[in-house]
Amino acid sequence: MNNPIDLDAFLSTDSRDVGCEGAMALLHVYTELYANDPDAARTTYAGIAAHLAACEPCFDDFQGLLALTRT
Amino acid sequence: MPLDEISQQWIAELSAGGVVCDDARARLHALLLRGARAEVNRRANRFVLAGVEVDDLAHQAADDAMVSILAKLETFRGESRFTTWAFRFVVLEVSAKIGRHFWTRRPPLPLNDADWERIPSVFGFSAEHEAEWRELLDAFRHSVEVDLTEHQRRVFKAIVLESRSLDTLCLELGTNRNAIYKTIFDARRKLRAALVAKGLLQEER
Repeated sequence: MNNPIDLDAFLSTDSRDVGCEGAMALLHVYTELYANDPDAARTTYAGIAAHLAACEPCFDDFQGLLALTRT
Repeated sequence: MPLDEISQQWIAELSAGGVVCDDARARLHALLLRGARAEVNRRANRFVLAGVEVDDLAHQAADDAMVSILAKLETFRGESRFTTWAFRFVVLEVSAKIGRHFWTRRPPLPLNDADWERIPSVFGFSAEHEAEWRELLDAFRHSVEVDLTEHQRRVFKAIVLESRSLDTLCLELGTNRNAIYKTIFDARRKLRAALVAKGLLQEER
């Protein structure tokens, strides 16, 4: 059985969230900045950071790209 | 935005004709294939992929990423290194292909009473504390049934009760990840607003 979902967290949304398209359009820019300075990436692209915190598949794509930029 | 030296070289060689271009394309494809293999392998254990399947998916992803990159070469503005920009195509291709690979046509059905019986455990509500969460859950169910559209209810069920991935759901519903995400994002806002109005949840911080 999967871990329980926190209802309060599940019903939380961030108005800065740019959505999947917005995040994917600049994923390369965000990822490269994040690789050098995670705080700067989160501050400069708060909408992308908010989206990645909420969207598991986009976060997975980000993790993949981050790993590739470090190879 | 000025391009860094290596990115500039990639663009110049890929835009040139003849042997220079052929050689750059071959090097780019090799890079994309290496990236695709790494990315498929990173995800493989979650999907029980191995051997030939991994390599087949990696080749398909690298080939399709190559086509997209060459078609969009003029849109590269140098906001990142060329290779980071190119790897993004690989990652998105792998993501989409793994979703399609495991897709079986099984459209989500509307919520029924049996689904609602499972909801307390999904949200970690235990039977011995029912008195504490019953009012919240009844209000939640009412809001799901009254405030959400039929489409939102189907997406909610697929994601919350069936733990289906957004990408699989996109294929089942013939739409894209952004549209599904927006559907569930709007549904969450509606549900929270209804529960806040009843004093059962706090306003978002």
